[in-house]
Amino acid sequence: MQNGSEPRKHTIAVLVENRFGVLSRVAGLFSARGYNIESLSVGETLDPTVSRMTLVVRGDEFVIEQVIKQLHKLIDVIKVTDLSEENHVEREMILVKVNAERTFRAEILRIADIFRAKVVDVTPVTYTLEATGEESKMTAIIELLRPFGIQELVRTGKVAIARGSKSRTRKVDEKLGKAREPAPPLKEPARDIGFED
Amino acid sequence: MKLTGARIFLECLKREGVDIVFGLPGGAVLPIYDALYDFPGLRHILVRQEAAAGHAAEGYSRTTGRVGVALVTSGPAATNLVTALQDAYMDSIPIVAFTGQVPTHLIGNDAFQEADNVGITRSCTKHNFLVKDGNDLAPMIKEAFYIAATGRPGPVHVDLPKDVLVKEWLFEYPEKVHLRSYNPTYEGHPGQIKKAAKSILRAKRPVLYVGGGAISSDASEEVQRLAELTQIPVTTTLMGLGAFPSEHPLSLEMLGMHGTYYANMAVHNSDCLIAVGARFDDRVTGKVELFAPQAEIIHIDIDPSSISKNIKVHIPIVGDARRVLTKLVEELEKEMREGVPSIVREARKQWAEQIADWRARFPLRYDWDDEVIKPQYVMQEISNLTRGEALIVTGVGQHQMWAAQYYRFKHPRAWCTSGGLGTMGYGLPTALGVQAAHPDRLVVNIDGDGSFVMNSQELATLYESRLPVKTVIINNGYHGMVRQWQEIIYKGRYCAVDVSSSPDFVKLAEAYGCVGIRATKPSEVVPALEKAFSTPGPVVVDMMVDREEDVFPMVPAGGANKDMILERPNKEVKAKAAKSQTGF
Repeated sequence: MQNGSEPRKHTIAVLVENRFGVLSRVAGLFSARGYNIESLSVGETLDPTVSRMTLVVRGDEFVIEQVIKQLHKLIDVIKVTDLSEENHVEREMILVKVNAERTFRAEILRIADIFRAKVVDVTPVTYTLEATGEESKMTAIIELLRPFGIQELVRTGKVAIARGSKSRTRKVDEKLGKAREPAPPLKEPARDIGFED
Repeated sequence: MKLTGARIFLECLKREGVDIVFGLPGGAVLPIYDALYDFPGLRHILVRQEAAAGHAAEGYSRTTGRVGVALVTSGPAATNLVTALQDAYMDSIPIVAFTGQVPTHLIGNDAFQEADNVGITRSCTKHNFLVKDGNDLAPMIKEAFYIAATGRPGPVHVDLPKDVLVKEWLFEYPEKVHLRSYNPTYEGHPGQIKKAAKSILRAKRPVLYVGGGAISSDASEEVQRLAELTQIPVTTTLMGLGAFPSEHPLSLEMLGMHGTYYANMAVHNSDCLIAVGARFDDRVTGKVELFAPQAEIIHIDIDPSSISKNIKVHIPIVGDARRVLTKLVEELEKEMREGVPSIVREARKQWAEQIADWRARFPLRYDWDDEVIKPQYVMQEISNLTRGEALIVTGVGQHQMWAAQYYRFKHPRAWCTSGGLGTMGYGLPTALGVQAAHPDRLVVNIDGDGSFVMNSQELATLYESRLPVKTVIINNGYHGMVRQWQEIIYKGRYCAVDVSSSPDFVKLAEAYGCVGIRATKPSEVVPALEKAFSTPGPVVVDMMVDREEDVFPMVPAGGANKDMILERPNKEVKAKAAKSQTGF
């Protein structure tokens, strides 16, 4: 495909049927087509039959257009939204286990305070901190703690929600909840094709 | 009403209007076969290898427009079926494949003949189901048929664990299918259709590029109407052959890597390319940057992800080809009542003359030889003798390309070939399925000696199930297409392509109870074909052809379509082609 814009990170929200194998389908789609998932998080929505996945994918506009179209093609995918295209709120959570020798324990607590991170575990030689926020904030905390020696780091991956009063999940129920009307018949007599339109 | 899962399965098939199932029993599906023993109205054709069941279902589907059904057991049977599923997926053929599975409590336990069936077929099917609860069995089967046949058709796989088949469940066949996440668009956007109509009427050098989607949508009448109304020349892809009659004055025949000179030149020089149910596959486009460089592209397709995937599309129209073309013709008739500007009419006259000139100067050609059979001659005679009315199936390779180039197609759904996946061994089992669907028609399997042996065991099925398929083997003792590439691109370094040593195809046919005929000279071709077509029962004709004939025109991989090689190339052309090794 022709050269598009510069590759950017896109945050894509996908509403899927909460059925066996759905996560594997989406992951398989990406691996089969060579797109790279930078992070993925998934959970149930208000409707227990619908799950919401948040994917972070890097690519130029043509790649992202194909990603969104291919996602739509999956039978279990209900709705796909590129949140990067509109105002949205993004959050990620990290749990960091950092070395906390006596000499710099106070320093670490100060850093935690600055970032409004919580201490969730204490030992004589480590602190485990929990922090939430945008990706840039997470990166900043990690970089500040790195000199002390990070023992373990767990990231959840991004979740995102559009700003404003419209809801995506509710729209799904209202718009698509009804049984689908079959496509209207053509004016000519039906040809005997043998399957329902 | 309480029925066993196996019985429910058969009742569902009956309600979906299935009349033939292609299958091969095994431990996991024994309950179904026991129920089938005295189940009326369903014909089962026993194949000899599971991939054949899948290909037969494809052949059945391509020639009838209905959903083909295959039934195989668990483990190795399901994995054997994968090739046929991927083939149906690439060519968008609606089939539903049922595989057996070990009982639900043994799944994941490395049980006997267990495989992660749904895991394996996830990427080669439109959708798949694992029926863990018998109450889901009927709804899932109904959904499977619905998904396979609607939108962009494709294969669907349903995995049936044995305990679900044995236990009894309450059987209620759902009235409707409700999939809130699956809503294909059938009607084209009226604004886009208007835009397309205006663009077509402005075009000075338009071309219609018709693909397999026009066949799936049964849109060949609409294509013809559009072409004749606007006098636009029509070229079809390999999958679209038959959508437009080859003998029609507006037909440019096939385009692409082995398409005709005039089709490729027309597309290359066009200023308006109308794509109907085609996906701009790399065999058609050649080097993407050099494909139809001056054309405004209108793309009518039911699958939005096909649009602007490889080539930028200027006027996309998502919808069913037949419906969109009907609206488009209405719109064009309306616009044309205002008259077409004389400057456009003058330009179109010149375009028609240009195309006629290309056609006259560079038709499809081959060198005749009195002693050695030329494969192109065989295709011409098959076309003459059948008057374009036979159902043609091919294998994959040079013979496939010659069949596509030289057979004069009249009707849609009379041509079955493996386009997207290019599966050798496709010919015989698919012909089996076609013959089962059309017991009274002449079915000709044009195969290669390399392709034929991949599924030759199905001769036994032809004999046992009384399917009188006529196979014509274009026998050049090589894997011809690979040999041609080694000749042209790899400097004639033939490696691992000579398969001439065995078998004796006539003796092989007779071993299976079929009739075998051989022809070694051009004078023997017509008598052999006539004998084959008039002999009742399955026949194999061993046509021993020129060993090193090449398919021309040829666009070297990664090259531009306008740089076609038209005859056996000299050193320079070969060197240029060798540089394109990285192209695919």
